[in-house]
Amino acid sequence: MQFGLSESQEILKDNARKFFAGECPLNHVRKLAETGSTYDADLWSKMAAQGFTGIIFPEEYGGMGMSAVDLSLLMEEAGRALVPGPFFATVALAATVINAVATDAQKKKYLAPICSGEARSTLAEIEAGAGWGARAEGKTTVVNGRLTGEKLFVPAADVADFLVVAAGSGVFAVQRNAPGVSVTPMPTMDLTRSVYAVRLDNTPAEKLGDASGMERATDVATAALVAEMVGGMQRILDMTVEYAKTRKQYGKAIGAFQAVQHQCADMYLETESSRSAAYYAAWALDHDPAQAATAVSIAKMYASDACRTVGNRGVQVHGGMGFTWENDLHLYYRRAKASETMLGDATFHRERIARLVIDAPGARPQGVH
Amino acid sequence: MDLNMTAEEQQFRDELRGWLKANVPADWSAKREDPLETRFEYLRTWQRKLFDGGWAGISWPKEYGGRGASLMQQVIFWQEMALADAPPMANVLGLGLIGPTIIGFGTNAHKQRYLSKILNAEEIWCQGFSEPNAGSDLASLQTSARREGDFYVVNGQKTWTSYGWIADWCEVVVRTDPNVPKHKGLTVMLLDMKTPGISVRPLRQMTGESEFSEVFFQDVRVPVENVVGEVNQGWEVALGTLMHERGTFGAGLQILYRRNMERLIELSHELERDGRPAAQDPLVRQKLAQCYAEIEIMRLNQMRAFSRISATGVPGPEGSIQKIFWSELNQRVQQVAQELLGPYAQLASSSSDAVDKGAWAYGYLRSRGNTIEAGTSEIQRNIIGHFVLGLPRSY
Repeated sequence: MQFGLSESQEILKDNARKFFAGECPLNHVRKLAETGSTYDADLWSKMAAQGFTGIIFPEEYGGMGMSAVDLSLLMEEAGRALVPGPFFATVALAATVINAVATDAQKKKYLAPICSGEARSTLAEIEAGAGWGARAEGKTTVVNGRLTGEKLFVPAADVADFLVVAAGSGVFAVQRNAPGVSVTPMPTMDLTRSVYAVRLDNTPAEKLGDASGMERATDVATAALVAEMVGGMQRILDMTVEYAKTRKQYGKAIGAFQAVQHQCADMYLETESSRSAAYYAAWALDHDPAQAATAVSIAKMYASDACRTVGNRGVQVHGGMGFTWENDLHLYYRRAKASETMLGDATFHRERIARLVIDAPGARPQGVH
Repeated sequence: MDLNMTAEEQQFRDELRGWLKANVPADWSAKREDPLETRFEYLRTWQRKLFDGGWAGISWPKEYGGRGASLMQQVIFWQEMALADAPPMANVLGLGLIGPTIIGFGTNAHKQRYLSKILNAEEIWCQGFSEPNAGSDLASLQTSARREGDFYVVNGQKTWTSYGWIADWCEVVVRTDPNVPKHKGLTVMLLDMKTPGISVRPLRQMTGESEFSEVFFQDVRVPVENVVGEVNQGWEVALGTLMHERGTFGAGLQILYRRNMERLIELSHELERDGRPAAQDPLVRQKLAQCYAEIEIMRLNQMRAFSRISATGVPGPEGSIQKIFWSELNQRVQQVAQELLGPYAQLASSSSDAVDKGAWAYGYLRSRGNTIEAGTSEIQRNIIGHFVLGLPRSY
């Protein structure tokens, strides 16, 4: 047993960090956020050239065939850099679902162009009255292969070439420019990842597979999201420690005061604990399927609370500066809040854990694997 | 990253599992609630049995009675002990703190003399660190040692000494040079608790038990060869011991937490609330799931830390998060147990209505000490702030 990164994983993470630092610096992220468009076509093609868009998908579709842990390491660095735009929606959400449920021919049609960087996509799942994991409650109808309904909080729908839509017991591909599709922005707190309402009115759709095959795929996406949250927490911690070392009051660095230092210590504890849970969840998805769902929910539950708390502590230590528009903290603070609820908040995942470990007969805490 | 067991680890696990199946005493559940002294002798016998079977000191060198296996096998050992519901071992501080300190800083003679007797529980150890006026500020301690020929003569007082009432030996930190800055005049010694001039007075704690004691030294003579590390460089040795205490000591506790969690889940199915099992109450479910998740995260944090220690050889200051995590988590879990059981949770072992013989009333009170013992949560946060994050010293 070895619960640390391998040499090749360290290299992957390091390269991703350098890539994002060079190609997606924070002033660029801010500029995109302030202009209201989070998609940068140039950055997208550079990410595709790195192989990021196909990282965990089979080589036969142009992917890199790497593991869920590798995706999570990439997402951690993307989170640290606050990478904006459709990457998470396309790769972690849409492509993992396609890879899980579609036929070989459909994967050639939909997954291959994602891997190559030609296409962007997203997952349209939740509806009014049908939150995460409550697909059965959805009201979108399927009649003669045509979909009618409204999906909400769909990330990156504006730049998606096609959408992966969960409706009834099926999963469908819908072209963005198909008849009856309308996409309306839902402006939210998060300035770096936009979400949309997608209305479908008798829209032609291609069935990819059964919704029952989505669960593992959304768990892969959830583990990736947690890793991205860890990267964000790490960046908030780094910025805060740096500020506490340089900002002086009463003639000394404020980081010398225990009231400030202990906030930073707790941020460290919360970030590291989220990271342990995130790495394990990603690993379990590939290597311990029986534990994976529990591990993913534990990670999302903990990180959902931790990313909010770390953000609050970070702003508090920054004092008035942390509350300004000019300081970059709020960009992370906003993303953290959006990520907290995306794919289920802590309360949602606690209930999922309860179903897995309290209701399941013979449930008991897991041992060594 | 590979959390699967290697072939070697699997073989170790299977062998251990077989041994535990044949050897874990059947009467342990009955003995669990025995008074401290009787229970201790029971655990000492059990540790001896483990030693004879070759299962004490998994990661300690073979030449001193250990198994010479990896730290990860040590982790597997704890996990299997938990799964088998085996009793813990008696010589807790010898195994967890003092043995590793002797392995790290001691001479060959020390290793020959002390290690195997720690493993077979023939000699029980305590740790003489805190004093009435040196708690969190440990380096300000005043117990003195004056050189006289081939001996040091020790005078002073230690307190909060766990196992002081039964210990044969003590790892003691003393001041050998009062004329230099406080960290520079300290020395670590191994002290025979049967030496004349030592008196031990039990301290009664909130739970009513006396796990720890005050220890008084009056002209206690310690041979110079019992010094561990260099004279006046004892702070480094003491820190080594403390890093083991913070970083790796909590791993054994996970056993206890997992047992508690399993029992709480069981109880939630048995107890009624508003005419249905408590396990169906949404708030109870939220709270139990939170505890379950955090206990699992404690395990994962520890696994990551052990992997790091396996690579570096020694625990570092980041181990303080383990100490904060296990201590504060136990308090949260015990509180959830109180809420789940309602007024029954407060019943003491002497009540015939007590759930689990009063274990939850005891556990709640005992957990109150967790964030104080082995370095307060405040001190652990100072350590993270300064030594891990590089913030200025705050004290």
